[in-house]
Amino acid sequence: MKLRQALSRVGHMLRKEFIQTLRDPRTRLVLIVPPIIQMMIFGYAATLEVKHVSLAVLDLDNTQESRELVSRFSGSRYFTLEQYATRPNDLRDGIERGDFLLALEIDSGFAQCLRGGRGASVQVLVDASNSNTALVGLGYLNQISAKFAQDYQADAIQRKAPQLASFVPQVELEVRPWFNEGLDSQWYFIPGVIGNLMLIMITTVTAFAIVREREIGTLEQMMVTPIRRWEFILGKMVPYFLIGCFEAAMLTLIGGLWFEVPFHGHASVLAVGVMIFLLAALSLGVFISTITVTQQQALIGAFFFILPAIMLSGFGTPVSSMPPFFQKLSYVNPLTHVILVLRDVYLKGAGFKVLWPEMAAMAVFALLLLGVSVLRFRKSLE
Amino acid sequence: MSWRRVLAMIRKEAIQIRRDPSSLVIIILMPLIQLFIFGYAVNLDIEHVPLCIYDRDGTQTSQDLLKHFQATEYFRIVRAADSYNEVVQHIDDGTCTVAIVVPPQFSQTLHSSGQASVQALLDASDNNTASIGMGYAQGILRSYSSEVQAEWIEKQGLATGPPNVSFQARTWFNEDLESMANFVPGVVALVMAIIGAFLTSLTIAREWERGTMEQLISTPVGKLEIQIGKLVPYFIIGMADTALCAGAAVWWFGVPFRGSWTVLFGCSMLFLITVLSLGYFISVLGKSQLAASQLAVVATVMPALLLSGFIFPIDQMPVAAQWITRILPPRYYVSILRNVFLKGTTVRVMEGQLFALAIIAVVLVALSTRAFHKRLE
Repeated sequence: MKLRQALSRVGHMLRKEFIQTLRDPRTRLVLIVPPIIQMMIFGYAATLEVKHVSLAVLDLDNTQESRELVSRFSGSRYFTLEQYATRPNDLRDGIERGDFLLALEIDSGFAQCLRGGRGASVQVLVDASNSNTALVGLGYLNQISAKFAQDYQADAIQRKAPQLASFVPQVELEVRPWFNEGLDSQWYFIPGVIGNLMLIMITTVTAFAIVREREIGTLEQMMVTPIRRWEFILGKMVPYFLIGCFEAAMLTLIGGLWFEVPFHGHASVLAVGVMIFLLAALSLGVFISTITVTQQQALIGAFFFILPAIMLSGFGTPVSSMPPFFQKLSYVNPLTHVILVLRDVYLKGAGFKVLWPEMAAMAVFALLLLGVSVLRFRKSLE
Repeated sequence: MSWRRVLAMIRKEAIQIRRDPSSLVIIILMPLIQLFIFGYAVNLDIEHVPLCIYDRDGTQTSQDLLKHFQATEYFRIVRAADSYNEVVQHIDDGTCTVAIVVPPQFSQTLHSSGQASVQALLDASDNNTASIGMGYAQGILRSYSSEVQAEWIEKQGLATGPPNVSFQARTWFNEDLESMANFVPGVVALVMAIIGAFLTSLTIAREWERGTMEQLISTPVGKLEIQIGKLVPYFIIGMADTALCAGAAVWWFGVPFRGSWTVLFGCSMLFLITVLSLGYFISVLGKSQLAASQLAVVATVMPALLLSGFIFPIDQMPVAAQWITRILPPRYYVSILRNVFLKGTTVRVMEGQLFALAIIAVVLVALSTRAFHKRLE
């Protein structure tokens, strides 16, 4: 009997919420369209691949050897040769202006050193203001130069002792990238973008839904009804949970169908993982609403949590590169876990057996935070 | 326009902000707290990649090769597997990112035919770590290969010498290739982009929602006066935030500061005006605080995170995405801050970026002034 009454109260609360949220066409639009547009843009923008490094060359040696080295760079798909410089100052000025990232200066005597069997050296200027791109660019550079040196040596041996040429010992590395054979950056980042978008939307919307009632005074009207606090919170959570599920389904479909991220796992694993994550995001929203009074506070308060959650989730930068303290902090973060679930289900086809610790961690986070919020939430106004 | 009314409006807003001291504290401290979290945590330096080795050859030669992996700080050998299944399992459950498998008869093949190969298995689900790990592994193998070659050439009595081409790289602007120096100025820009727009994004919507807009309408204050009055207090708070963050970046994180403070603050003022106007425009547009807040989130958070060049370099994006970044203010501010901090760039070199930012500011101010109507419908 008591339960039936409670359920009926929650039912009325739900109806009120649905009407309130979906009545305003502007809000309806704002809840559905932006996540899709964002997904489309950010899916393309989020890449750490360095595909083309801009390069300038100053060849002061101007020999067959130096031209051969330069042609290796201009022929490489990693480099775009922006400029053949004629003076050393051109290189410095260009780097300073940011016209190119790397500048090669081949001094005269390069070929002589090579022919004499001494090591030859090339000067390189690097704009390292973006350290990751600079590192990757230097890596490409070393690869090309090593190949050049090896070929040059093979030629030399061919000339001196052709009978031995095929016996020069050489060790190669055969690389097999698993789960993402093309080392495609999009495959890695799109699951992260899905997690981020859901966290941002669901948390802010839930926090707002409760704080708004407080701010515009309708919480007083709720106060005089027989509804209990957990019923009130439940009524606030269910509609946004459903919106979140809808949102998640759309985003994962876009990820699979539009961006063609391979989906190796089971939809059920993904669905369970995402629903637990939605609960965690909803709880965070409810929690924020209990510590803030106005919607502006709620917005800034929400991002007080959301920004670190995104940065510590391993979305853009790997968790393993963080200091130990922040690595521990990232275990508490539901976004870390859901991104892991999304990536592993998409790319590795992982099931419950591997992913249950992530799901359990998110569930514990959700329940703890929800418990604290219900206790903190007061129907009364002080 | 009357300055007296503008001043009155500023006073009203200032009182409203002051009445809510907890918000004020959060607004001022939040950027600093975020800066500390990000400054330490956001890092793309990849070292100590967990490595698994499986030596199926088990000779002096193969051991010698694997020692090369032990000696670097790029890899950390966490497992030595005894079977192929074990290797697969370690990669599957994420214990290791890279596995090096030396095939049976490795040394025999190398000595008889000269050509031998070693297998590297990568967990490429994180493609960035995988690419960098692959690069490290190739580098190690290359140096091993040339050592073997040099030995062989000496034994054969071929006096060709090692024809190696070495690069003397001079890295500018961030000599130690430290992620932190690159990220901290970016974080300052990121935090200011978000805070700036958030501060003003609810100001007008709030007045409508609470019904105080009617009171404002009945006063003689004009719409431009309302706009200036609403923006000035937040502008002051925003500048204080910028100063705090820039100070912490230089004195706490030790990011090199090679430019001039005047340039930094001048550019920051222009940027703040842009983002505050963006927030104000959203506030006028959104009407309800819920709609305004969602618009503010869409317009600021993800663009500032993903389309600003803060983590993901803009010049590597598809051309269409690059065009979109051009209409977003954070892109210019991230690049300006990095330039001023690391390169000490002068205003003349950054003319283009400042000009673009100024155009965006003018457009946003004009749009929000036009969109706001001081009447009830």
